[in-house]
Amino acid sequence: MVGMRALVIAAEEGGHGAVEAGTGGFWADTAGIMLVLPFVAFLLILAFGKRLKYKGGELAVGALAINLLWATVLFVLNMTGGVLDQTTFEIARIGSDLVFELGWVVDGLSIMMYFLVNFVGLLVFIYALGYMEGDVRVDWFFAAFSLFAGAMLVLVGAPNLIQMIIGWEGVGLASYFLIGFYWEDLDNVRAGNKAFMTNKVADVGLILGTILVGVAIGSFDFSELSIAAAEHAEALGAVAVAGGLLLFFGAMGKSAQFPLHIWLPDAMAGPTPVSALMHAATMVTAGIYLMARVFPLFQNLAQDTRGLMVVIGAITLFAIGLLALVADDIKKVLAYSTVSQLGYMMTAVAAGGYTAGLFHLFTHAFFKALLFLGAGAVIHAVHSNNMSDMGGLRKEMPTTYWTFVVGSLALAGIIPLAGFWSKDEILATLGHEGYTAVMWIAIAGAFVTAFYMARAVALTFHGTYKGEGHPHEAPRVMTAPLVGLAIPSIFVGILNIPGVDWPGIGNFTEWLGVRVVPMGDYHPEGIDWSLAAIGLVAAGAGLALGWLIFSRDRATQKARDRFEVPALYPLLRQKYFIDHAALGVVGATTGPIARFIDWTNTYIIDGIINLVGGVVKALGEFVYGTIDQRAVDGVFNGLSAVTDGAGSAVRRLQTGRVQQYAAGFVAGALILVVVFVLIV
Amino acid sequence: MEWFETWGLTIIVFLPLVGALILGVIPKDNEDALKTTGLVATLLAFLASLVLIAQFDYSGGVYNTYQFEVEESWIGAINANYHVGVDGISLPLLVLSTFVVVLAVIYSWNHWDEPKNPKAFLILMLILATGMNGTFVALDLVLFFIFFEVVLLPMYFMIGIWGDKSPRKVPGFSKLFETRLYAAIKFFLFTLFGSAFMLLGFLALYFESGNFGERTFDIVELTRLGSGGAFTGTFAFLVFGAMFLGFAVKVPMWPFHTWLPDAHTAAPTVGSVLLAAILLKLGSYGFIRISLPILPQEAVNWAPAIAILAVIGIIYGSLACLAQTDMKRLIAFSSVGHMGFVMLGIATMTDVGINAAIIGMVAHGLITGLLFFLAGSMSHRYHTREMSRLGGNIKLMPVMGGILAFTAMASLGLPGLAGFWGEFMALVSAYNPLEGLSLGVFRTSMVLGAVGTVLTAGYMLWMLQRVNLGEPPNEWEGHTFHDVDRYEAAAWVPLIVLIVAIGFFPKVIFTSTTDTVTSLVDMAFDPEVTAALGSLMKGG
Amino acid sequence: MLLNQFLVLGAALFAFGVYGLLVRRNVVLILLSVELMLNAVNINLIAFESYLVSAQAVGQVFAIFVITVAAAEVGIGLAIVLMIFRNRKSANVDDLSLMRW
Repeated sequence: MVGMRALVIAAEEGGHGAVEAGTGGFWADTAGIMLVLPFVAFLLILAFGKRLKYKGGELAVGALAINLLWATVLFVLNMTGGVLDQTTFEIARIGSDLVFELGWVVDGLSIMMYFLVNFVGLLVFIYALGYMEGDVRVDWFFAAFSLFAGAMLVLVGAPNLIQMIIGWEGVGLASYFLIGFYWEDLDNVRAGNKAFMTNKVADVGLILGTILVGVAIGSFDFSELSIAAAEHAEALGAVAVAGGLLLFFGAMGKSAQFPLHIWLPDAMAGPTPVSALMHAATMVTAGIYLMARVFPLFQNLAQDTRGLMVVIGAITLFAIGLLALVADDIKKVLAYSTVSQLGYMMTAVAAGGYTAGLFHLFTHAFFKALLFLGAGAVIHAVHSNNMSDMGGLRKEMPTTYWTFVVGSLALAGIIPLAGFWSKDEILATLGHEGYTAVMWIAIAGAFVTAFYMARAVALTFHGTYKGEGHPHEAPRVMTAPLVGLAIPSIFVGILNIPGVDWPGIGNFTEWLGVRVVPMGDYHPEGIDWSLAAIGLVAAGAGLALGWLIFSRDRATQKARDRFEVPALYPLLRQKYFIDHAALGVVGATTGPIARFIDWTNTYIIDGIINLVGGVVKALGEFVYGTIDQRAVDGVFNGLSAVTDGAGSAVRRLQTGRVQQYAAGFVAGALILVVVFVLIV
Repeated sequence: MEWFETWGLTIIVFLPLVGALILGVIPKDNEDALKTTGLVATLLAFLASLVLIAQFDYSGGVYNTYQFEVEESWIGAINANYHVGVDGISLPLLVLSTFVVVLAVIYSWNHWDEPKNPKAFLILMLILATGMNGTFVALDLVLFFIFFEVVLLPMYFMIGIWGDKSPRKVPGFSKLFETRLYAAIKFFLFTLFGSAFMLLGFLALYFESGNFGERTFDIVELTRLGSGGAFTGTFAFLVFGAMFLGFAVKVPMWPFHTWLPDAHTAAPTVGSVLLAAILLKLGSYGFIRISLPILPQEAVNWAPAIAILAVIGIIYGSLACLAQTDMKRLIAFSSVGHMGFVMLGIATMTDVGINAAIIGMVAHGLITGLLFFLAGSMSHRYHTREMSRLGGNIKLMPVMGGILAFTAMASLGLPGLAGFWGEFMALVSAYNPLEGLSLGVFRTSMVLGAVGTVLTAGYMLWMLQRVNLGEPPNEWEGHTFHDVDRYEAAAWVPLIVLIVAIGFFPKVIFTSTTDTVTSLVDMAFDPEVTAALGSLMKGG
Repeated sequence: MLLNQFLVLGAALFAFGVYGLLVRRNVVLILLSVELMLNAVNINLIAFESYLVSAQAVGQVFAIFVITVAAAEVGIGLAIVLMIFRNRKSANVDDLSLMRW
C-alpha cells in the first residue's frame, strides 16, 4: 500500500492540482456515467414503462447493473492501489469569484458509497420486481426509484456543496414521492409531506451553512474546503463554528437525528423496498456522508461543536432505540432501530472517528437492508405489518427466517458478524476520544438493540401463527437478494479488523484514507479485547433476555408478545422464574421509559411540530384575512370608497334639467357682476 | 445579415403590432386565418429573437454599451429619440417575452374564455407583445414610458372583458362588484398611480440633465452622467422614490401587491400567464436598467428599505398562500414571495445579487407561467378553482397531475430546476451585500428568506395534497376528463424542458448576463470607477 | 350721444331673455329667449361702435357674426326640437332630463 500513501501525501503537497491530475484512468474518468444512467432509466420508464413486461423494472435493474460494474471495478482498483480523481464542468460563473460546477469525485469515500448504493440498490430493485408485481403504478414505482438512485449517486459523487444540495433535495423529492406512493390514502400523503417538510427545515441549515463556508473560502468545492481547513485558513476559521453547526443541522434532518427523527417512522408508509434502500441503507446516511465530506472542518476548526453533536448522537442512539421495544409494526421496529444506528454513526463521526462511523455506515447498509427486505417478505406473505398478526413463520419461510436471523445477529453486534466489528470500533473511538459516558450509553444501546431484535425475531418467526391465510415463502426473485445481502452481512466486518492488513489489499481504513487531505482521525491499531467483551456481553445479554421473554412457551404453544403475558399465565411465571425477574427489571424500567419516550415523541415532539404547523397556518390566515385583506388592501379600497362616495354626493347636482344649469350660470354671472361692481 | 444589425430589434418589437393590424382586416368569423396570423406574427418575432441570440456578442460586455443599437430622432422638441438596443441583461428577458407569447398563442388555439371573440383577444395579445418587447429594448425614457404604458390597456381589457364574472364583496363597499371589473380597474389604477410618479421622475431627470449639457431622456447618456455622480442629494432621493413607486407597484413589492391576486384570479388564463411571466418583470427590469445605473448613490441609500420590503414580501406572501382556498389566488400570492427574492437580490447591489434577480425573473416567468396555464386548464375542466372541491386530480388526469407536481416542485425551488438558482444566489448575495450596506439587515434578510423557502415548500405541498392527491371527491364521480390535449402539450413541453435545462445548466442565462452585470456593478458602485467617470464628465 | 338709452334697452332685452330662458318650459320659447339675449348683445355692440367709431367698424362686423351664428343656432336648434317633438310628442324641457347620472 505504499503507492497509495504516497498518493495521499502528494495530494497534500500539491494541493488541488494533485486531485485534478487523477490516478483513476478510464474507469474514474467515466465514473460520471453512474450519475446519469438512473436518470435515463427514469425518463425511459416514464415514457415506455407501461408497455414493458416488468413495467420498467428491467430498465431500472439494467441501469444499476451497469452502474455496479463501474462501482465494483473502482472499488477493486481502490483496494489495490488507490484511486483519486475529480472531474468537473462549469455550469455557471458569476463575475470572477463565484463558480458553480457539477461533476464527480472519485476517492475512497465516494467509491465506498458508489459501491454501496449500487450493490444494495441493485439487490433491492431485483427484490422489488417480485414484491411489486401486480401492484398499482409499478412503472411509476420504478421510475421514482430510479430517480432516487440517480439523485443519491449525484449526492454521493458531489465534488462540491452545490451538487450535494442538488442530490440532497433530489433524494428528498424521491422520498416524498415514494412515501406517498399510495396517495389515495391522504395519511400516506401527510407522511410524505412530513418527511419533506422536516427535511426542508433542516435544509435551511444546509443551505445557510453552505453559504457561510463557501463565501469564506471563495469556493464550494470539498477539496478546497479540506485544504483550507487543513491550513487553518483564517477566513474559514471565523465562520467555522457557525457554519459547522448549520451543516450539522442539515445533516440532522436527513440522518434523522433527535429531535428531527420524527419523519422516519412515518416514512414507513411507502412500499417496503423503499424503506430498505432509502430509509435504511442509503438516503438516511446522507447526513453522515455530509459530515464525513466536511470532516476536516470539524477536525481542525470547529472542535467546539463536537460536544453538542456527540450528545445529540447519543440521545438518538439510546432514547430512540428504546422506542423499538414497544412498536408492534415490524417496519417501525426496524425504523427506530435505523434511527438508533444512525445515532451511532453520528456520534462516532462527531467524536472524530471518521473511519469508525463510516465503517458502521457500510456494514449497517447490508444488514439493515437485509432486515427490511426480510420484513417485506413476511409482510408480503401475511398481508399485515403487525407482529401480532405473525408468529411461527420459520417453518413456512426458512430462507427468510435464516437470513433475518443473520441480519439480527449482525445488527446486535455478535462476533464475528459485520456489526460487531463496526460497533466495536465506535466504542473504542469514543473511549479513546474521552467520551467515556457516551461510550457506556452506546454499550447500553447495544443491549437495547439486541433486546428488540430478539423480540422481533421471536414474535415474527417463533411461536404460533396468529394471522389469517396460509403464508408461503417468497418467490426466488425475492429470496435471492436476501441471500445476496446476508453474505456481506456476515463477512464485511473482517475487512476492518484493527491491526489486520489483508495481503495485497490492506484494509477498509486505508481504502477510506484515499482523499485529498489526510487528517489525523483516530482508528484503533489493535483490538481492545476487554472492551469488545463488554460490548459482546451487553449484546448477548440483550439477546438472551429478549429471547427468554418473547420466545415460544412450550407448554401452551403461544407466543408471549406482550409484557403482560406473565400476568395472564401464572403457570408460566413460576416455570420461568428468571424471565419473571427480568420482566420485573425490564418491564419496570425500559417499558415505562420507552413508553414515556414514545409518549413524548407522539405528544410533545410531534405535538410541537403539529402545533408549529397549526400556528403557522393560523398566522397565514391572520396575515391574509386581517392584515392583507382588511389593513393593506383596506387602505386602497378605502381610498377608492372615499372617491366613490364623493362622486356619488356630487353627481346629485347633475339633474339633467338644462334650466337649472342655466340658472346656475346666471347666478354665477350675477355674483361675478356684484363682485366686480362692489370690489373692483 | 447586415440589415439585421439595424432592423432586428425594430422587427422584434413591431412585428406583433403589424400582425395586430393585419388581424384587424380579417373577418371576425374566419377563426383559422386569425389564429394563423397571430401565430405567424409572434413566431416570426420569436425567430428573430433567436437570430438575435445567435448574432449576439457575449464576450466581455461592458455596461452601457448596447448591441443592435438604433438611434433615430423622434420628437426633436424635447430631444426624445427612438433609441433601442440590447445588452446581456435585457437579452434573456426579451427572448423570454417573445417566447412566452408564442406559447400563449398556441395555448389559445382551442382555449377561449367567454365571450370568445378570438379576433379581439388576439389583437390585444399582439399589442401586449409589442409593449413588452419594446420595454425591454427601449433606451430612451420617453420610449420606455410609452411601451411601459402600452402594456396596460390590453391587459385591462383582457381582464375586464374575458375575466371572471362572478360577483365579489369588496370591503368598504356595500354593493357587490363583478370580480373582473373590480380587478381590471384596480390593476389599471394601481399601475397608473405608480407610473404617474415614475413619469415625474423621468421629467425631473430630463430637466436636471440640462445642467450637464443638452437636456436628454437618453438612458445611455443619463447612465453616463449618473455613474459619474451627477445626481445627488434630495433631488436624487425624490427621483429615486418616484421611480421606486412606479416599479414597485409593477413588481409588485409589499405593500403595493394587492392588485396582483385580484388581477390574476380574475384574468383569463392567457392573461394570467402573460401577467405573471412578463409583466411583473417590467418592474424589476426597470430597477436594474434605470434606477440603479442612473442613481447609484441613491440606490445604496434605498437598498436596506428595499431589502426589508422584499423579505416582508417573501414571508408575507408565503403565509398568505397558506390561507388560500382558491388555487389561482394561491399561485398569485406565491408570485409575491418569488418576486421578493428577485428584489432581495437587486437590493444587495452586487453582481451575484443582480444575476440572481435576472435568473430569478426568467425562472419565475417560466414556472409561474406554467402554473397559471395549469390552473387555467384545470378550471376549464372542473369549472371551479376551489381547492376544497378538488382532489385526486392525478387519478382523473394523470399527465396534467404529473405536470402540476413537477411545476409545484420547480416553484418551491427544488435544486436542479430553474427556480433554485434565483433563490439560492439571492441568499448568497444577501450574506455579502455591497460594501457599506448594513450587514445586520441583509444577513437577517438571508435567514428570513431561507425560512421563506420552507414556507414555500409548505404551501406547495399543501396545494398538491389538496388538488392532486387523495381520492377524487364524490362530485366528480362518473365524470370523464380530457387529459392534456395537444395544444396544451405543445405550449407546456417547451416550458418544462427549459425549466430543467436552466436548472442543470444555468449558464444559458449567465453567459449573457454575468459580464454585463459585473461591469454595471463596477461602474455604479466602485468608488474608483465612479471618481474616474466623474472627472471625465467635468472635463467634457 | 344717446348711449345710455341703448344700453338700457339692451340690458332690458337681455333681462327678458334670461327670464324667458329660466322660466319657460317650451323649448321653442327658450330658443326665442336665447335670440333675445343675442340681439341685446347686438344692440350693445352697435351702440358702442357708433359711440366710439373705430376705423374697421368692429362692432358692426361682430354684430353680423352674431346674427350669422344665431341663425345657424336656431336652424340646428329647431331641427333638434323638431326631432324630439316627433319622437316624444312633447317640447317640454322637463321631459328631457335624460342627460344625467
